[in-house]
Amino acid sequence: MADPEIKSYEPHHESHSAAVTESRPARAALMLLAFAFLGIFLLLPLIVVFKEAFAKGVGTYLQSLADADTRSAIRLTLLVAAISVPLNIIFGISAAWAIAKFEFKGKAFLITLIDLPFSVSPVISGLVYVLLFGAQGLLGAWLKANGIVILFAVPGIVLATVFVTFPFVARELIPLMQEQGTGDEEAALSLGANGWQTFWYVTLPNVKWGLLYGVLLCNARAMGEFGAVSVVSGHIRGLTNTMPLHVEILYNEYNAVGAFAVASLLAGLALVTLVLKTLLEMRYGAEIAAARGH
Amino acid sequence: MEVRVANVRKEFDRFPALHDVSLDIRSGELIALLGPSGSGKTTLLRLIAGLERPTRGKIFFGDEDASQKSIQQRNVGFVFQHYALFRHMTVADNIGFGLKVRHGAARPPAQEIRRRASELLDLVQLSGLEKRYPAQLSGGQRQRVALARAMAIEPKVLLLDEPFGALDAQVRRELRRWLREIHDATGHTTVFVTHDQEEALELADRVVVMSQGRIEQVGTADEIYDTPNSPFVYGFIGESSTLPVKVEGGEVWIADRPIGLPAPDAADGPAKLFFRPHDIDLLDGCSGCIAGTVAASRRVAGTRRVELEIGGERQRVEIELPVDHPAAQKSRVAFRPRRWKLFPA
Repeated sequence: MADPEIKSYEPHHESHSAAVTESRPARAALMLLAFAFLGIFLLLPLIVVFKEAFAKGVGTYLQSLADADTRSAIRLTLLVAAISVPLNIIFGISAAWAIAKFEFKGKAFLITLIDLPFSVSPVISGLVYVLLFGAQGLLGAWLKANGIVILFAVPGIVLATVFVTFPFVARELIPLMQEQGTGDEEAALSLGANGWQTFWYVTLPNVKWGLLYGVLLCNARAMGEFGAVSVVSGHIRGLTNTMPLHVEILYNEYNAVGAFAVASLLAGLALVTLVLKTLLEMRYGAEIAAARGH
Repeated sequence: MEVRVANVRKEFDRFPALHDVSLDIRSGELIALLGPSGSGKTTLLRLIAGLERPTRGKIFFGDEDASQKSIQQRNVGFVFQHYALFRHMTVADNIGFGLKVRHGAARPPAQEIRRRASELLDLVQLSGLEKRYPAQLSGGQRQRVALARAMAIEPKVLLLDEPFGALDAQVRRELRRWLREIHDATGHTTVFVTHDQEEALELADRVVVMSQGRIEQVGTADEIYDTPNSPFVYGFIGESSTLPVKVEGGEVWIADRPIGLPAPDAADGPAKLFFRPHDIDLLDGCSGCIAGTVAASRRVAGTRRVELEIGGERQRVEIELPVDHPAAQKSRVAFRPRRWKLFPA
């Protein structure tokens, strides 16, 4: 998307007219306020995380990361992300495809439904699964009879994570696909391509950067989710503890170095995500701009 | 390839976009679907392509019923209004796309696809731009690439939706001539949609004039312009002036005066008189003519348009005068249409 008109999305720093420019002290005050706020509420905590993690030296830091339970938590978090992110890619693309390219009854309802995980508290999302799959739950008896374990095990954690991260990919793709319309797909079909070829050669390349952006955010949330996972995990050490849950446990045990060491990994993930996100926005801003709904 | 549209009706959400449309397109013909927006011309084109399915009626390619065939099976070349070039593919890949997605033995080797793409680029006079991306091309160049891409699959029929709609006037005229040349060279049966009558009349072998989901008239540029068969076509194609008149005793009257136009076949009663503003005879005296007072006059290129007020009802009608004609404000002008047509009021 390098059409000339789309390039104008880039901000024009020189184009501020004198009439809308504040006086120098006013500008300084506003900027100071913004930086002070960010400093106290974001930067300072970030520094504290790393400071505490390395409080007793690099050796202790590495040692606490090498702890068996910690490693198991890291593995579980990676596993959950590895399952839920691809699932959300498939769901997200299907939902966006359906909403953007077809007309059908209940479309508005579907869009609202996709946003639900954003508007509902993650704890509630977790509780829903407890009510559904728990021993006293709706499907509990049937699951037990068939020997399927969902709650307090990896499947429950994956389900809760998928639920919480569902909107990321879909919300990124829907506006993008709607904006692009169906012209390219019609062209591909008229040239003899079948549905799959059209998707693979035309639709997917058209949304790839938006998709990557959505996947990035989805992944960050999947690894960092606390509330919903906390409800369904059961906090079994070495088995059902993800990294965020493990941080809480370590912290409650007054193991500050251990807690902050794991937290530093999550913070590192956040920083990497931020950098990649910024790079993506710089490079493919126009394509993603349509999707900045949240 | 002949294309026959037989009694096709198309509804969108129960709202009819086409009513019972029939059309025969001859093999090798260049035909224009012309009409204002909402006339159903694009819908008809998309129905022929297979991008839409008719609610009723059939579409034949040759003797074969194509109505239920998918767009892939119909093998048509479609050029979209905004080109719909694949932005992430080079020009060569865009053109080769239709060959690349073929299956098994029908799919030419990569080298052959590349050769075909270069050949088509030569045909559309864009040699050497194989490696460019669509964003690096001008509007006119994109249009040519879109056409080359549609022709790469050796389509039975070439369909173009407002092919020059997004281009500026200069490029548009050039491409128009160029499309005619390509058509004459390749001999594809070609249908294009346009709302620009100049384009349709100049370019097409036959013009299909459409309005409100119906075909009003089909004919050559001469037929459409000289013998319009409905008030709509008269008004839509070229300039026209119209006056309410009545027919009595085989003559055309305005108010209580005959205006010297014999109408032996017309039924008595009120009617509407249509004529071209430039197709008139100016008269000196007025015995059997249309006479009026000049109400407004403006210079249009090589002529002068004059608005006349006719009769007690002060009906306004437009005629064209030579620039040096002395008709000024408030002066009286008398004229009689040279060629004209009556439609029932």
